[in-house]
Amino acid sequence: MLEPMIEVVNLTKRYSGHLAVANESFTVERGQVVGLLGPNGAGKSTILRILSCFLAATSGTVRVAGYDVFTQADEVRRRIGYMPENNPLHLDMRVREYLKFRARLKGLGVSASHQRVDAVMEMCSLTEVQKRIIGQLSKGFRQRVGLADALVHDPELIILDEPTIGLDPNQLRNVRQLIKDLGRKHTILLSTHILPEVEATCSHVLILHQGRILASDGTDNLHRKIFQRSPVVTELSAATNDLQEFFATQPEVETCDIISIDGDWKRVTMTSREGLELRPQICQWACEQRWPMRELTHGRHTLEDVFVKITRTEKEE
Amino acid sequence: MRVYLTLLRRELASHFLSLSGYVIVSMVLLLLGFSIMDMLPKLQGEPTDTPITRIFYATVYFWMLMLLTTPVMTMRTFAHEKSTGTFETLMTAPVSDLEVVFAKFSGALVFFMVTWLPLGGYMVILHEYTNQASASFDYRTLITTYLGIGLLGSVYISLGCFASALSRSQLIAAALSYGMGLTIFLLSLRALVPIPMAGWQAKIFTFISLTEHLEDFSRGIIDTSNLVFYLSLTGFFLFLTLKVVESRRWK
Repeated sequence: MLEPMIEVVNLTKRYSGHLAVANESFTVERGQVVGLLGPNGAGKSTILRILSCFLAATSGTVRVAGYDVFTQADEVRRRIGYMPENNPLHLDMRVREYLKFRARLKGLGVSASHQRVDAVMEMCSLTEVQKRIIGQLSKGFRQRVGLADALVHDPELIILDEPTIGLDPNQLRNVRQLIKDLGRKHTILLSTHILPEVEATCSHVLILHQGRILASDGTDNLHRKIFQRSPVVTELSAATNDLQEFFATQPEVETCDIISIDGDWKRVTMTSREGLELRPQICQWACEQRWPMRELTHGRHTLEDVFVKITRTEKEE
Repeated sequence: MRVYLTLLRRELASHFLSLSGYVIVSMVLLLLGFSIMDMLPKLQGEPTDTPITRIFYATVYFWMLMLLTTPVMTMRTFAHEKSTGTFETLMTAPVSDLEVVFAKFSGALVFFMVTWLPLGGYMVILHEYTNQASASFDYRTLITTYLGIGLLGSVYISLGCFASALSRSQLIAAALSYGMGLTIFLLSLRALVPIPMAGWQAKIFTFISLTEHLEDFSRGIIDTSNLVFYLSLTGFFLFLTLKVVESRRWK
């Protein structure tokens, strides 16, 4: 059994007077794609900077692939590909030249860097722009140059700080797809404050708020845990009173909310008691009552809801 | 070593393949031209044994060049990378802080030395056009002059790197290194200005004077004490730079 990719124990980071990360621990196993989720200023970038050996922790130990980030920084840096926030690049260099420079910097030999640069340019669809000056490229291309740089030495762990910030929807889709593809071979830790992004790309999620980790779980698990009683939404054609009376008498239904939409159609949002599956039941009821039905769906929560819910309960405590 | 060379190459490219690099080169050329214009009348008097390179050191333009161009050459070394954020990508690659500091310093020093090359050309021109056969031109003093310029330059460039490492803004970096550079230059003159001093104070100020140590080089003398003086000053500023670069990990 290999040691976990990232092992953070009691990490605290204090900037002068301000606590950025408060005594947190977490691990990331090899092969996971983990999303570090939190609002701006939650301490995401701080954690990523400590992991990439750019900053030192105030206290606690951080290990990447079994190496300590403070005492064995060189070993750690050889194993990670890090793309900082806002993806800084040398804008006066050409794409190929820049990637070559970075590859050499990361210790690749002449022929190895040549091969790897070709490979990552292919992977990130940069081959056509390899001779262009980075400063003249669009944001989407620059982002891919940043990703290519993170990948060029074939690192075990890829750390991306807000990789999709400021991209248009098409570029967004491309970059997400790229991250997903990379996730098959590499361990990835990415930070974001965009919630659907985590759902789109990550297998695991760490929710961070004011320097504390509020939740850490698989993306699916988190859904299930927090919304055991997810609402069921159905659209039926019937009188509001009939619906109200009927659902009020059913023991399985806990709450029921009816709103009129176009014509006779009503949208009914229900939650079940004790996490029962309501949908087959509703279907049956609609048949029995001869109510025409045009929609029956499970109200799927976005991570946005998860996030709001977690941060709110935290405050209440 | 490979990392150092890669970084050095990048530094040289950033100096030579940029518009600002050529602005600096033309500024240096202009000032060098002025200094030669300033020197010519002084050469028209009685024959003298004073080496021409010594006369050159005494021109105000030489010091203007030293004090004004080095902050501009070095201001971008760290400050630019910090403000654009590329410092983060640089330091998260497996490079050592020492390699980074040394590459930035030596890149700027190489650029600095290249901008001084036309000076040799002026000397050759002067030699060609002088009509006195007895006026000898010793190319070896030119070499020691370059050595002196290089050593003094490395002091100023290491100081500039230090100032640049302190700040995110290139402007502040330039102002800081100009201020510090001017201060140590004025301290050098303290032995002579406002009134020539005598006794132990004079000795101390002469000892720490940048100009005094330069005298020997212009006469063609390489004295180890001068070498040690400039190299230790350079080493001191590079050490400070290294500590500033490292400080992000102990703050």
